[in-house]
Amino acid sequence: MSVSIPAPRSQRIDPKYKRGPKSHGSFEKLAWLFMRLSGVVLIVLIFGHLFTNLMVGEGISGISFGFVAGKWAALVWRVWDLVLLWLAMLHGANGVRTIINDYAEKHATRAWLKGILYVATIFIIVLGSLVIFTFDPCVTGSELAQCL
Amino acid sequence: MSKTSSGTLYRGHEGMWSWVGHRVTGVAIFLYLLVHVLDTAMVRVDANAYNAIISTYQTPWMAFGEVGLVAAILFHAFNGVRLILVDFWKQGTKYQRQMLWGVLIVWVIVLAAFTIRHLSIALGGH
Ligand code: HEM
Ligand code: HEM
Repeated sequence: MSVSIPAPRSQRIDPKYKRGPKSHGSFEKLAWLFMRLSGVVLIVLIFGHLFTNLMVGEGISGISFGFVAGKWAALVWRVWDLVLLWLAMLHGANGVRTIINDYAEKHATRAWLKGILYVATIFIIVLGSLVIFTFDPCVTGSELAQCL
Repeated sequence: MSKTSSGTLYRGHEGMWSWVGHRVTGVAIFLYLLVHVLDTAMVRVDANAYNAIISTYQTPWMAFGEVGLVAAILFHAFNGVRLILVDFWKQGTKYQRQMLWGVLIVWVIVLAAFTIRHLSIALGGH
């Protein structure tokens, strides 16, 4: 004489609020994992970036167009900066997305803020990538020896 | 979540403050990065324009701003490692408070070393 007891509240939830098997769940889980994996890699990339640009040689006083041209002459630093750009922007944008979800309570506000965030993020990633890929040591104003 | 809840073990204690610190530093670094990529893009337009922008970062006043930025990054990075350990290391939740002290100690030491080197370059006789 077993009685089957329905799960608590199972009759009271409108089906449209139920989490289906393909809800946002897997995206949020991947985003959570990405924050941690990118964080570990970013430590190496950012510490290396700050060390080469601020700690060795003349540090901040040594930075100029010539300094950047010197660094980007080596493929390693172009790849370094490209990966840094993508990981830091995606990690930061995903973090800010979480914060918008937490504090913007009106649906319309949330949608607007996230729209601005995504447009700005894509713009910066595309711009930064183009700058690395199309870098020209002999742009206007360059006084490097090989350009004169 | 209620906005007026009080009397928990979390609210107002170090667990909450480290979270606030992680959030604030994360947003600050993100905003810096947006400006930083725009600045660096000048390298593609005109070498002198890039040098002019960079020279605004090479003033004694901005040197303190750079120390502030690095302070934010170092806290976010070390506390980030702590968060990752809390999630993935079996003993993580048990030692999260001790790890926060570890984060603060390492932060002070690395930041002190950075500050000495950076300010002696930026403020030193050039
Ligand atoms: C005061 C501190 C900083 C200074 C002086 C600085 C300086 C520079 C310089 C000179 C470049 C040109 C290329 C190179 O040297 O590799 C550059 C590029 C770059 N930096 Fe920084 N940086 C600083 C902090 C940061 C931080 C905290 C991040 C990440 C969160 C970052 C991310 C990048 C990226 C992604 C690029 C490549 C930009 C592009 O694709 O056009 N930088 N930075
Ligand atoms: C230096 C290496 C870094 C490490 C180890 C790191 C680690 C982390 C971790 C573990 C989280 C928590 C994610 C979660 O709660 O699900 C996080 C959040 C965040 N990070 Fe980073 N991160 C780093 C660099 C950065 C950079 C460069 C930026 C900005 C461009 C940034 C911006 C953020 C933001 C905005 C959040 C969201 C904070 C929140 O939700 O309260 N982080 N970071």
